[in-house]
Amino acid sequence: MARNNEIPEVNAGSMADIAFLLLIFFLVTATIQTDMGLDRKLPPKDTTPPLPINERNIFRVSLNKNNELLVEDDRMQMQDLKDAAITFLDNGGTMVGNEDYCNYCLGERSSSSSDNPNEAIIAFSSDREAAYGTYILVQNELTAAYNELRNREAQRLFKSDFTEMEKAYFDPKISAKTKLELKENINQIRSMFPMRLSEAQTNMNL
Amino acid sequence: MKNYRKSKKRLPAISTASLPDIVFMLLFFFMTVTTIKNNTLLVDNNLPNAEEVKKLEKKDRIIEIFVGKPSRELVEVLGTEPRIQLDNKLANVNDVAPYVLSELSKKPDAIRNLVTVSLKVDKDVKVGIVSDIKEELRKVNLLKVNYTTYEGNAFANVK
Repeated sequence: MARNNEIPEVNAGSMADIAFLLLIFFLVTATIQTDMGLDRKLPPKDTTPPLPINERNIFRVSLNKNNELLVEDDRMQMQDLKDAAITFLDNGGTMVGNEDYCNYCLGERSSSSSDNPNEAIIAFSSDREAAYGTYILVQNELTAAYNELRNREAQRLFKSDFTEMEKAYFDPKISAKTKLELKENINQIRSMFPMRLSEAQTNMNL
Repeated sequence: MKNYRKSKKRLPAISTASLPDIVFMLLFFFMTVTTIKNNTLLVDNNLPNAEEVKKLEKKDRIIEIFVGKPSRELVEVLGTEPRIQLDNKLANVNDVAPYVLSELSKKPDAIRNLVTVSLKVDKDVKVGIVSDIKEELRKVNLLKVNYTTYEGNAFANVK
């Protein structure tokens, strides 16, 4: 009689099985969504006529319907695009003494290429029939060119990569003070190599 | 003495009492880390790769647009021409602007000018349809776009 009064212990042996079942269910149904990509800003739609730009300050990149790359009217391999863009942006063709002389450029200072990184424009146009994958590849290579130059300057001035600085800036755990400091540094680098990547229809005089 | 030696020979059973705890910990980890997709894809969405990517931070500041060929089950009905998916239905290019504006009006005022449009485009789609969408977005003055990609070698996009 006394034995019956004891509360029997609940068997927890199957708890692990239940938990495993739930775990496997979540593993199968849930997918980690990609939330990264290339940021771009589209040009605003207004009717102001564009300022005349010197042809030497424009770097024309185009993609034809067979996914072939044309740079300044010559065919080019995808692998060479980044270096070509860096050579163009980093040229700094204005002579010493002029007001927009680029004192941090390490390029060839050729008079037939861009005057100053602030004026250099990359004009990218793509045929409607080109594949999106190739289009992203070109965008990626051009971004890589900008990032490499910006990293170089950030290393020189702040001993840190520009991409790392940006990543730290968007980190939610950062304190307000360092954020302000970083913002200043980021803006300084951005003004040295502003990203002037145009996808608008630029007139080509062929 | 004899008794002691006898008990030493038998290995003690490993306690499995903490196993449920461990598994629950794993379970909670996966539950918090993963996000369940909130809309079913009606189009193929094999994103291209890129290396110079930036993370899209806050989920509430994003409007998604999917582009791709209709998925395999729908090919018989819809053909293989690339389509645009807005929310949970397929749409045409001229539906993009009204959709984006209605999504934008659902957002709180404070973040309205921080909204980014995430273009999730299949890598085999032609650029034409993407530039049409961008043209629509320019019309409604939503200029921040993000070409959403996977992180990886971009040269893998060209076969």
